[in-house]
Parts: sequence; C-alpha cells; structure tokens
Amino acid sequence: MADSDVKAMTANLDAIEFEETAFTVPVPLAEAKVAIVTSASLHHPEDEDFSPMDTGYRVLKSEPRDYVMGHWSPNFDATGFALDINTVFPIDRLDELAAEGIIGSVAEEHLAYAGNQFDLSAIRMDSGPAGAKFLKEQEVDVVLLTPV
Amino acid sequence: MSTLAHIFEAEGLATIALGSIKNQIETTAPPRGLWCDFPLGRPLGVPGDRDFQHRVLSKALELLDSPEPIFAEYDVAIVDDGTEVLACPMPARYDPDLPPAVDEANGLRPAYERAISEYGNRVGAGRTVQADDIAAAIEAFIRVADGTPWKEAGVPGIPARVSQDIRGYYETAALALSDHAPSAWAGTRWFLDHTEAGKVVMAARQAMADAGEMQPIWFYMAPGDR
Repeated sequence: MADSDVKAMTANLDAIEFEETAFTVPVPLAEAKVAIVTSASLHHPEDEDFSPMDTGYRVLKSEPRDYVMGHWSPNFDATGFALDINTVFPIDRLDELAAEGIIGSVAEEHLAYAGNQFDLSAIRMDSGPAGAKFLKEQEVDVVLLTPV
Repeated sequence: MSTLAHIFEAEGLATIALGSIKNQIETTAPPRGLWCDFPLGRPLGVPGDRDFQHRVLSKALELLDSPEPIFAEYDVAIVDDGTEVLACPMPARYDPDLPPAVDEANGLRPAYERAISEYGNRVGAGRTVQADDIAAAIEAFIRVADGTPWKEAGVPGIPARVSQDIRGYYETAALALSDHAPSAWAGTRWFLDHTEAGKVVMAARQAMADAGEMQPIWFYMAPGDR
C-alpha cells in the first residue's frame, strides 16, 4: 500500500465543472484577514461529529485548538495531524505571518467541511454559500483551503 | 475543496486551494490552485517542521498576486513509496487467556495515554468507541471474522467507524512508542500488517465481504486499495 495507490483510486471520479471561473481580486495581503477552510472534517470535541454524508460545516474557533478529526474516510494518513495540527490546519503559521505583518490578521473563526462527498449539490446550493456568508460577516478577505 | 473555492470566489472571497492529487485539482480548476505532491492527509507537508510549512504557505500566498486564475505546482515533492513501516516495540504477551489482539490492545493502553497526554486526542479512539471499550470492539470483530453476522456480533457501531477508532487508538499509541515522527502511512501499514488487531479488522472485513454484506458497510473499514 502506497500513497500513490490510494490517490489512483480517485482517477475515475467525476469532477464537478463550473462553466465560468469566478475570481475575486484580493485586498493587499498585508491588510487581509485570512481564514482557513478545511475539508478534513475537523471539529471541537464538544461539537457534533460529522455523519457519513454530512454536507454541513462546523465552526472552528481559533481558541482552544483542541480540534479532532471527524473524517469518515480511511484513505489518508492521520498521524501527521495527530503530531501537529498545522500539517492540516496551519493556524499557528498564520499567527506567525500576522505577527510579522505579512498578512493583516487571522480570523477568529474558521470552517471545516467533510471532504468525502459524492453528491456536491447540497454544498453547492446550500452549505457552501452559507459558509461564505459566515466568513464575509467576519470581514474575511482571503480563504486558504486545505484538504486531507 | 475546489467546489468551495468556486463558490467562495463568487461570493467575494479570494481563495487559494491546496491540492494533493494532481488530476483532481487540475480538472476541478479552482481559481487559484497549488498542487503539492505530498501524501494524503498532509497538505502542508511535514508535521512539526515550521520552516517547511511556511515555505508552502509562502508559495500559496504568492498566487494572490496573479491577476487571473492560476494553477501552480509546488517544487518539492514528498513521495511515499509504500515501504516504510513504523518500527516500535510491542508489549509482551501478558494474559494468555485473552485473544492475542485483545491482549495487545490492553498492553498498548499506557502508550496510548502517554500520546494523548502529549498531543491531545486528535485522531484516537472516541468517535464511536471510547478507549476503555477498544478491547470489546476487537472481540466483536473476532466474532465477525469467525462467521457471526456483524449485526449479531456486538459491533458497537457502524463497522467503518469502529475500525477507525481501533486504528486511531493504535496509531496514537504508536506515537509514544516510536522514537521519531512516522512518515505518512507508516503507522497505517504497521497497524494493518504488523499488529494482531489490524489482522482482526482485515479478517472481519473479508468475512463481511464474503458473506455478501453491502459493500459500503465493510469497504471503508480499511483504505480502499486493500
């Protein structure tokens, strides 16, 4: 079993195609509020776990950083995240970039979705736009999207 | 990830999507995509390596300078060739009256607790099966492997989630037993191929497949290439 064997399983999956590529011109990075959105199904321990086909999202507060992995897929290595949350959710690195003035600030709240989805229509029509609205209400400018 | 990138951009957020699978990020074409040839589960590359993670982030943030959609490839790859297996000392057999996998799981409990104490319970037991009940879950899978239908075997939840908790318990315990940070998949290979519990999980999975159980019930008990 090698990483390439697992990746190869995705070769025949249908990819959703967008007719047009939306594009937002960002504010200068040094002024930007940055949030992380991950498809790693992370959540705080007290929050609801993800269900197998969960199309919703969970809010990840910047503190406490007690995130747990709620992903249902067995098809990725979890020990990297077990050792260091930044391997998946680079919140400490963003804090350092903000302290150096490279980015403007780090959002207080971030989002996690479940990446193991075969039907993306609910995310496309419902929880995706809802997540964007949540981030916009926080005045987030830039989103870093991380998978597992 | 790319779907969310398209949605968020349409709502006025600038995005950068990291991707670990080249054909996937190419075909889904997020507005700003960075393919990093890193193992699945490690999109920032190397756990505990602050400088490495910063280099990845720096490249990702560079994409914001592009005046139009852009796809880029990160110039460092981390390739897993499938050969490294976590090497860690296993507890000696303690109670010969217990099935080997149950005795093994009990013996790993101190290491599991040390790892939880050091790192927190990020991927360990607790989704469906608490650490105190891992041994009972393994016993249930032994019954499945021996031919008992899984619904009658006392499996304490959906088999895939129960299997995930057992694997998480072992991979977490291994962090306290190994003298170095394991490379990607080394812990999984160790669990599946070199532990008694891993063999039980795989035997139960095979027994469910042979019994004609619905594929989603047993398939996700282990990585899909197994």
